[in-house]
Amino acid sequence: MADTMQFDLVSPERRLLSTEATSVQIPGADGDLTAMPNHAPLITTLRPGILTVETAKGTEQFVVTGGFAEIGESLSVLAEKALPRADVDQATYEALVDEAHRIYQQTKETAEHPGLVDDAVKLLQDMVAVGTHIGLDPKQPSI
Amino acid sequence: MPSLKDLKNRIESVKSTRKITKAMQMVAAAKLRRAQDAAEAARPYAERFNGVMASLAASVGDSDAAPRLLAGTGKSDVQLLVVMTSERGLCGGFNTNIVKLAKTHAEKLQAEGKTVKILTVGKKGREQLKRDYGNLFVGHVDLSEVKRIGYGNAQDIARDVLARFDGGEFDVATIFYAQFRSVIAQIPTAQQIIPAAYESEGSDDVGESTLYDYEPDEEAILADLLPRGVATQIFAALLENGASEQGARMSAMDNATRNAGEMIDKLTIEYNRSRQAVITNELIEIISGAEAL
Repeated sequence: MADTMQFDLVSPERRLLSTEATSVQIPGADGDLTAMPNHAPLITTLRPGILTVETAKGTEQFVVTGGFAEIGESLSVLAEKALPRADVDQATYEALVDEAHRIYQQTKETAEHPGLVDDAVKLLQDMVAVGTHIGLDPKQPSI
Repeated sequence: MPSLKDLKNRIESVKSTRKITKAMQMVAAAKLRRAQDAAEAARPYAERFNGVMASLAASVGDSDAAPRLLAGTGKSDVQLLVVMTSERGLCGGFNTNIVKLAKTHAEKLQAEGKTVKILTVGKKGREQLKRDYGNLFVGHVDLSEVKRIGYGNAQDIARDVLARFDGGEFDVATIFYAQFRSVIAQIPTAQQIIPAAYESEGSDDVGESTLYDYEPDEEAILADLLPRGVATQIFAALLENGASEQGARMSAMDNATRNAGEMIDKLTIEYNRSRQAVITNELIEIISGAEAL
């Protein structure tokens, strides 16, 4: 049994990471999940959260804001936006929260059915949770 | 016959023109490399995305539950043409080629009795389309302030297009852009983005269509991914367009530089000839003056 798998993290603008990984923690839309080699094929969407990649060389963490993951023979995470955790400082993070907040406000005004607003609320909450998790202050009133 | 002074001035002015076009060519070459890198870097995402979409679309596509973005509205009466061109000129036939393709497309659709709406991205195409199709414009995206095209720009355009689609403003959307082949070849391309047409390409996946689990269910994933797909396709098109624009500008400026060089040569010959003519004239005058004595 293989103890590593091919892992790719790509964003629309570039490929962030392509490596052999032993396990990857993915913030799935329905909850976190950890993919290890020989995981059953799965496609899941992502919520904003932290992606943790365990490789032979150590652990790397990324902040992702959405997208989806495809687990098959290899694992690909296609993130809408992905930043190495170390690169996320207060300013970048606040920009992300502001964006989520803006989308929330916008949907609240224009959305036709409540489902969309709920989605936006969840997006914002997830984004705030990311901040708490990595020790940054979201500075946004919770809804 | 122009005087020596006139000729000299003209040579000087063509020389400075050549300097400018030469500089523009070199700038375009540098920008082209960057644009190509950007297009290259975006490719893995697009490829994987299309792969996943193809398998998803294949499993959901035919059912009645398929989202409208994938299945379409069932009509094709109102067509939206998204014409992507550059913000700056001096790039040869780049914009004209895209506009020409869009025009033929629009004419064909109008001949079929369909309503055409046009959304322009980039100033140059808008200017060219204005005379014939100005009344069909529904919007314009200005990218002149954007130094480097990012995914965010594509998302903004996609959001605009999707809002119009949700508002029932059109049934089919097609984007027009130039595909980058090489510095001398950019192919104007029309690509339908709504309803989305995802096909599993190549033979690598045929036969082993893995059965994926979906989390949440297929429809929810599709509903989440289709709008992203629109943004991804627009982004890819913008990047291709960026590379094509620089490529076209590079060859246009190369031509201009060469033409300026030829012109300088021609003018220099003319200048030398007339200078000699003046000298000969003066000699004749001196000699005939001496003979008369």
